[in-house]
Amino acid sequence: MSGFQRAVPRAAGRPATRRGGSGVHTDGWWPVLFVAPLLIGVAAFYLWPIVQTFWFSFTTFGVFGGQTFSGVANYVALVQDPEFYTSLGNTLIYTAIVLLGVPLAVWLAALLNTPGLRFASFYRVLFFLPYIAMPTAVALVWRLIFNGDYGVLNWFLSLVGLPGPYWVSTPGFAILAVSIVGLWSSLGFSMIVLAAGLKAIPPELYEAAELDGASPARRFRSVTVPLLTPTIFFVTVVTVISSFQLFDLLYAIMGPRNPAMPSSMSLVFYFFQAGFVDNQQGFAAAIAMAIFALIGLVTLVQFRLQRRWVADV
Amino acid sequence: MPRTTSHPVTRRALVGLAGAATAGLLLAGCSSPGGSGGAPSGDYTAAPKDLKASITYALWDQTQVKAIQANLAGFKKEYPNISVNVDVTPYDTYFTKLQTEASSNTMPDLFWLNGPNFQLYADNGKVEPITGEIKAGAIDPKNYPSALVDLYTANGVHYGVPKDFDTIGLWYNKALFAKAGVAVPTSDWTWDDLTTAATTISSKLKGQGIYGVAAGMDGQTTYYDTIFQAGGNVISADGKKSEYASDATKKGIVFWRDLIASKGSPSVKQLTDTPADQWFVSGKAAMLIGGDWGRSEIAAAPIAKDVQVAPLPKGEQKATVIHGVSNVVAAGSRNKQAAQALQVYLASKAAQQQQGDMGAVIPAFNGTQDSFAKSMPGVDLQVFLDELAYAKPLPVSKNTAAWNALEAKYLPGVFAGTSPVDSTLEQLQTEMTAALAKG
Repeated sequence: MSGFQRAVPRAAGRPATRRGGSGVHTDGWWPVLFVAPLLIGVAAFYLWPIVQTFWFSFTTFGVFGGQTFSGVANYVALVQDPEFYTSLGNTLIYTAIVLLGVPLAVWLAALLNTPGLRFASFYRVLFFLPYIAMPTAVALVWRLIFNGDYGVLNWFLSLVGLPGPYWVSTPGFAILAVSIVGLWSSLGFSMIVLAAGLKAIPPELYEAAELDGASPARRFRSVTVPLLTPTIFFVTVVTVISSFQLFDLLYAIMGPRNPAMPSSMSLVFYFFQAGFVDNQQGFAAAIAMAIFALIGLVTLVQFRLQRRWVADV
Repeated sequence: MPRTTSHPVTRRALVGLAGAATAGLLLAGCSSPGGSGGAPSGDYTAAPKDLKASITYALWDQTQVKAIQANLAGFKKEYPNISVNVDVTPYDTYFTKLQTEASSNTMPDLFWLNGPNFQLYADNGKVEPITGEIKAGAIDPKNYPSALVDLYTANGVHYGVPKDFDTIGLWYNKALFAKAGVAVPTSDWTWDDLTTAATTISSKLKGQGIYGVAAGMDGQTTYYDTIFQAGGNVISADGKKSEYASDATKKGIVFWRDLIASKGSPSVKQLTDTPADQWFVSGKAAMLIGGDWGRSEIAAAPIAKDVQVAPLPKGEQKATVIHGVSNVVAAGSRNKQAAQALQVYLASKAAQQQQGDMGAVIPAFNGTQDSFAKSMPGVDLQVFLDELAYAKPLPVSKNTAAWNALEAKYLPGVFAGTSPVDSTLEQLQTEMTAALAKG
């Protein structure tokens, strides 16, 4: 684990300490050569498909390929389609709920960072497990937990006298159920990254705070959280992006033929439905570009806002 | 690196990292199909016995793999140097995968195709005709039920023969009927008999959470059957119009709405959380309206000793949906000769007899069905064969998926009682007719 923790700040630390370019002799083509394998991969498998998708979004597509230019027709159809707004709303709900996991992860990571805590690695593994488990496997187990008639969750609710709903087949509850699983499974990743950030906070600061008589709660609020804000920002950005790409959990927990799906689908599911079920790949490409633009926009806003709350350590 | 003098995590560093992550994650998952398929020729020459090849055979039903492996062992004896890789993909994602493979010309050499998808693949030149095999006498379409041979014929050209056929029946649990004191189903049952028995069982065994009847709430096993029984149609005879709002078709839909409202069946939500077959095999539903393909799962369940089967009850008339899967060769296959050799072998009487003997499916080859009927001692599987007399083909068109999606969008609300019957079916009919016109 320690290798991973150090890799984050170090690799990223480079640009911050880069010297000005003037008057420095370059190493010729060597750097380009070393970067080439990665660059070619990124260009071929990320950049080129995006360019293609952008082009496809202005075309009408044959079921098995072959496209004809159709201008902005796909985009006009997209903004007029009520399903686009339903799926956007569901994606925002999911993202908001999963983001609630970030403060929870900060708190848990700080607890796990308590000096002298026994079995700390064991706890870390425990929290990280959901993140590395296959989403489909995770979803199958949760599907059983959420089962309206025989699920463990509703059995617990019945013990306290609450009638449980049919979680995965009731519109409204379904996206909530998927969000709970999303929160649970992203917690591990956030905690590991935050733990790395915590390790980078100098222990002297805590010692000084303790000498000044700061309580543990006060030390958490005034030392841990402010010094952790860059890491929290990173975790938040990554969480938002991955939440906007919600698909596999939703698909596996609810199932594609679930009657509640039309009212619970996410943007990426909407994309999948258009491209692979309705055979409208051109329209699907327009949805993909819309998702791309939305994530870009949301992330831009986050970068603008971070100046107000992220500490310049 | 001493911690006190250097803070490795700087704000700018992490902001930069977040930026890099943004770019990386943003871009993931946007890819697109392209390419074109090979041209189908319909050529066929019998493969030499020592032909060396490695081919892929794609299908979606895990429960049939055992019988297919037995078939392949027989194939191996004829062609020792052809190795076959069986690729099982669950039905829900099978056609998504196949379409992607077809777009990039990487289809499996031999694969299962069903009625709803056949016309799409045939019209786009993705599957190889079997005209060569028929001319050479390797396959004779007369050996298979004609309704299903027609299903895999487009513009007079044969593309495949059925490997099996499916009809729908009424599976029931004798023990639960006895417990509720209700007489078991007979071949003379009507819709009313079914509804009365189902509601009685549900109310008598309510304390144990047992329901009268469960059905998959899809077309083939549920509402297409009742639509045909009511004398209605899904698509007009000329294939151009939807008939969902016609009186007879409406009756076939309302039957399920009433059954669920009477609590004779679990609700739509309950059937989504726990599929109908699971209600039945776990002893929580006394009847299951389902296909013959349920045999493997039911025979392996603890309730197997109490199971019996009856024909579907009669509405205005007796009816069941019939459908069958076909093995087809990919037009772009690089091992066409080997794939055709396997296609011919699997269409043979011996291979289909073996499928029936192992009880995997009802084989399509005429005269091989009896072994299926006897594959579950004490259970009258002959019912599924006798239903051939009044079986109606599964409704399909060139763009079946498009209007199947409309059915999935509008019908659950009607069944659940949350959408009004008349206006919803009108809407479905209008949109479906428009989809058929586009096909």
